[in-house]
Amino acid sequence: MTTATTPVPTAAATRHEPAAGPSLARLTGVELRKLADTRAGRWLLISIGLIAVAIVVVQLFVVDGPEQTFTAFFAPSLLPVGLLLPVLGILSITGEWSQRTALTTFALVPRRQRVIVAKLAAVVLAALASVLVSLAVAAAGTLAAKATGGAGAWTFDWELLPYAAVFQVANVLMGAGFGLLLLNTPLAIVTYLLLPTVWSVLSAMIKALREPAGWLDTSVTMAPLLSPDVTAGQWGRLGVSLAVWMVVPLVAGLIRTMRREVS
Amino acid sequence: MIEVDHLTKRYGPHTAVEDVTFRCEPGTVTGFLGPNGAGKSTTMRMICGMTPPSSGAATVAGRPYRALPNPGREIGVLLDASAQHAGRTGRETLTLAARTMGVDRGQVAAKLDLVGLNDTAARRRVGAYSLGMRQRLGLALALLGDPRVLILDEPANGLDPEGIYWMRGLLRDYADRGGTVLLSSHLLREVEAVADRLVVIGGGRVVAQGGKDELLAGAGTLVRARDQHALRLTLDRAALPATVGTDGGFVVRAEPEAVGQAAADAGLVLTELRPAGSGGLEQLFLTLTAGASTREAVR
Repeated sequence: MTTATTPVPTAAATRHEPAAGPSLARLTGVELRKLADTRAGRWLLISIGLIAVAIVVVQLFVVDGPEQTFTAFFAPSLLPVGLLLPVLGILSITGEWSQRTALTTFALVPRRQRVIVAKLAAVVLAALASVLVSLAVAAAGTLAAKATGGAGAWTFDWELLPYAAVFQVANVLMGAGFGLLLLNTPLAIVTYLLLPTVWSVLSAMIKALREPAGWLDTSVTMAPLLSPDVTAGQWGRLGVSLAVWMVVPLVAGLIRTMRREVS
Repeated sequence: MIEVDHLTKRYGPHTAVEDVTFRCEPGTVTGFLGPNGAGKSTTMRMICGMTPPSSGAATVAGRPYRALPNPGREIGVLLDASAQHAGRTGRETLTLAARTMGVDRGQVAAKLDLVGLNDTAARRRVGAYSLGMRQRLGLALALLGDPRVLILDEPANGLDPEGIYWMRGLLRDYADRGGTVLLSSHLLREVEAVADRLVVIGGGRVVAQGGKDELLAGAGTLVRARDQHALRLTLDRAALPATVGTDGGFVVRAEPEAVGQAAADAGLVLTELRPAGSGGLEQLFLTLTAGASTREAVR
């Protein structure tokens, strides 16, 4: 427990250039690691994988044999995964505050915006990886369908792939935006999950809300992404809803995080 | 080198830190002392860019903390040992920091070894650590980038006597090799043994600062007599300001010679007469804690 005690009395006098800061790629690597290095984080990632598998298994039983194609397995697995990805986005941000690790993180990287950008990059990569997982389980499902007497056709609408990527990235970033803005895990998760329900309840009750809902309710505007055809009008509505529920929380949350006192 | 220049922090009408100015030189250990709630942690958080000051500024190694590109390599910071993810292992906590700073991975094991966390401890989750182990982990984290400045908030909290002794040795050695250390504590005795300089804060203001020896020397005279009552009367008559010390004697704001002369003139038998040393500072400390006017305590 003793240090190497070579006396270096002049150590302080010799000024050296400040060490270079970490690159964004390195910070993103660190944030990716943080997603998986706790038990809670690991289980969230595992559940995302398992839920994709479960959906495919269920379809093997409930969907008619001739309709068991690659696309038929792929598209439905996106929805439940898309429900958990925002939780991943929220936790990656709010975990720093609830576990108070922000104190260490921002001591090492005082330019907080760099940490936030790295976190967003990490969850976007995770969302893209989830699309690959969906592809993989859909492929496994197709093989299983063939083996069990289903169609097992490899038909795939390639437009679905970029749409799926947009769908999952938007999901995870919306979650991250809510986390960044609210900086509190339960509050962010509950708010995020309740919002679509509140929309549908309100627009069912209040006629005047039905038209805006088509532009603002993300559960409506994002639905076309799960089909191979998205019209220009649908992109427009999607853009508006994401500006409101993704871009605004991200920007406002970034400002809040930059200014917030860490203790 | 740490320079704190007229730092002030207000929370609404409450002023947590008011016009705090001090500097920490390379090769020294500066003890930052004050009762709980005096503003120590707020000051340290402002130095580290965690809390924006209402006015004033602080620089570390010549720059504001937030302008340092890779602060972990310049300044080791331990602001709160409990602020670690309970679900990560000790080793993982250090590995994340090592990656962030671009420090060689071998340093993780080296620093764990240095602070006395063995392999079993390093593999356990931080949630299962005792406070003492968290302090050790926090110290390893602070030392990981081989910085030249250390800023430690209550690092001795939760350490056992052996641990406190060990930490003193480590910090002393660190400073002797040219490092700058700022460590806070609410216990005078804890800091006295290792610090060269003291900054005493109370109610958000610096109430005393200077070299330890100088501060302790200026702390007055401790005197004890067989007849304490007569001594009190004698001191009053001689107009020597005296307060009852922590262990029964009187702390007098005067030179031992003047006190001894007064006692001799009155024909009193003294059982003890010496410079008050830490007894005087302790007295100042108690006054601070009691919430009396801090200005009064110093003058």
